[in-house]
Amino acid sequence: MAAIEILDLEKCYLVGFWRKRRKLALRPLRLTIEEGEVFGFLGPNGAGKTTTLKLLMGLVFPTAGSARILGMDMDDPRVKSQIGFLPEQPYFYDHLSARELLNYFGQLSGVPAKGRSARVEQMLARVGLSDSAGMQLRKFSKGMLQRVGLAQAILHDPKLVFLDEPMSGLDPMGRREVRDLIQQLRHEGKTVFFSTHILSDAEALCDRVGIIHQGELRGVGAIAELTSERQGKIEIIFHAQKVPAGLTSLGAEARVSGDMVNAVLPEEQQDAALEVLRRDGLKLISLTPVRSSLEEYYIQKLRPTDVQREVRQEDDRKGVGV
Amino acid sequence: MNSGGMNSRIGYIAFNTFREAVRDRVLYNLIAFALLLSGAAILVGEISIDIERLVVVNLGLTAVSLFGVVIAIFIGIGLVSKEIDKRTLYTVLSRPVRRWEFVVGKFFGLTGTLVVNTFLMAIGVFLALLYVAHKFEKMDVWVLVALYFIVLQFLIVCALALFFSSFSTPLMSAVFSFALFVIGSLAEDLRGFARITHGVGGWVATAIAYLVPNFSALNVISQVAHGDPVPGRLILYNTVYALLYSAMAISGAVLIFQRRNLK
Repeated sequence: MAAIEILDLEKCYLVGFWRKRRKLALRPLRLTIEEGEVFGFLGPNGAGKTTTLKLLMGLVFPTAGSARILGMDMDDPRVKSQIGFLPEQPYFYDHLSARELLNYFGQLSGVPAKGRSARVEQMLARVGLSDSAGMQLRKFSKGMLQRVGLAQAILHDPKLVFLDEPMSGLDPMGRREVRDLIQQLRHEGKTVFFSTHILSDAEALCDRVGIIHQGELRGVGAIAELTSERQGKIEIIFHAQKVPAGLTSLGAEARVSGDMVNAVLPEEQQDAALEVLRRDGLKLISLTPVRSSLEEYYIQKLRPTDVQREVRQEDDRKGVGV
Repeated sequence: MNSGGMNSRIGYIAFNTFREAVRDRVLYNLIAFALLLSGAAILVGEISIDIERLVVVNLGLTAVSLFGVVIAIFIGIGLVSKEIDKRTLYTVLSRPVRRWEFVVGKFFGLTGTLVVNTFLMAIGVFLALLYVAHKFEKMDVWVLVALYFIVLQFLIVCALALFFSSFSTPLMSAVFSFALFVIGSLAEDLRGFARITHGVGGWVATAIAYLVPNFSALNVISQVAHGDPVPGRLILYNTVYALLYSAMAISGAVLIFQRRNLK
């Protein structure tokens, strides 16, 4: 079953004081996330990631479209007891301690009184906050608040967890811990939908990613699929002290590193290149097709296509900005 | 979500609001109140003869009312808007909490804070009374009724502050709430003015006189200071009026908040 089905969800704000102008924060978005999947929602700042999450959480209302979460309409109050949410740069009641906050959220989420305290302690230990559990949150650092945020998102053992930029503001150790936590959630069979603009995090954690830019979904797919696109080039690595002249004449871009040469050249020159190595008696180490990285795919998707440019110009004529 | 869960969620939100007010040192106003009242009681005991009770009841109850109204307005305007600005609301509304439950819980939390505050101040008033009169009298029971009416005033002021803050800035909400408190305290005069005014002006004056909350009917401080009784009918009327008026204002706040995008 699909954990999330987003059906042409759209959000448009009215901006301006006197002359109200429509600003599209999210163009009709259609996206399905399967149960048990870790899905990364990628895009630069202001792309529409947080708007999408706020729409799904019922914090803002869609201009059009709808969504189904765990088979229920997103407005169905029963949904909320089965989901967890970490907002971007979370801020909590700073008059409470971490323990009190989690207890309060446990109460609101319907965690039974019997066993609630034990659950709270378990979550505090899981995010490494047991030692500071009694301290008021106003004394917490940004990283500690992020940990509290993660703890409250998974406190009630939700089936589906939404995390908005969970690694932002964290030091390398903190980022590693969040990565581990997401991995653990995957092993527990939870569905995780998280937004980020850090590609390495997505590459390390996600089954699939979606790329959003200027309120528009530009691409969706499994990381392996997105990065398997061949670029029509091959990379050959072989033992040599210098680049053979025959290879340069084939159009190879080569560099020497110690006693190895790394050369990239057009795919159609593969046989000719191997012939050069054989003729010069050089030992081949590897020959691999050059594939695009997630970063290349991401950057490619961020560039507007001609069609997108036309749509945007049409919107500008109608007074709808993005 | 069953009604039991709904009630307990409202209760949890109310308790958290109360706890926040206490930890933000709202009850520190009691120190100022205690200093004011004890100073006044000592002073009155020294200089006045036979009117000590009148002065202490008048001053004490007026202070209870004003301190409470200031708290009701200044916390009331931030009850929801502060949570939106600080984004503390996001993690609450992503749980099985309906928006109206949140508003009602916050309202009960603040009124609960004011009830506790008023209760502690009431102890101060009665101690001051005991200090100047050396004993309690039967008519002192009407002071309790006046305190009850003051609490009813707080219900309306909190509800209005919450209502205004659901669509305007905190500053404007404070101005609107305080202006309504002042105008509402003159409601009986406004109604008298409306009765003697004719034509369109009369209609407008009547509409305003009956739309603004009638705080003057809830003010029996002078009456009880003189030891005059408060009719049971007025207690019933004021109770129903305050509950209906605050329910309407809270409903308005909920209706606006239900549709609000939390940017």
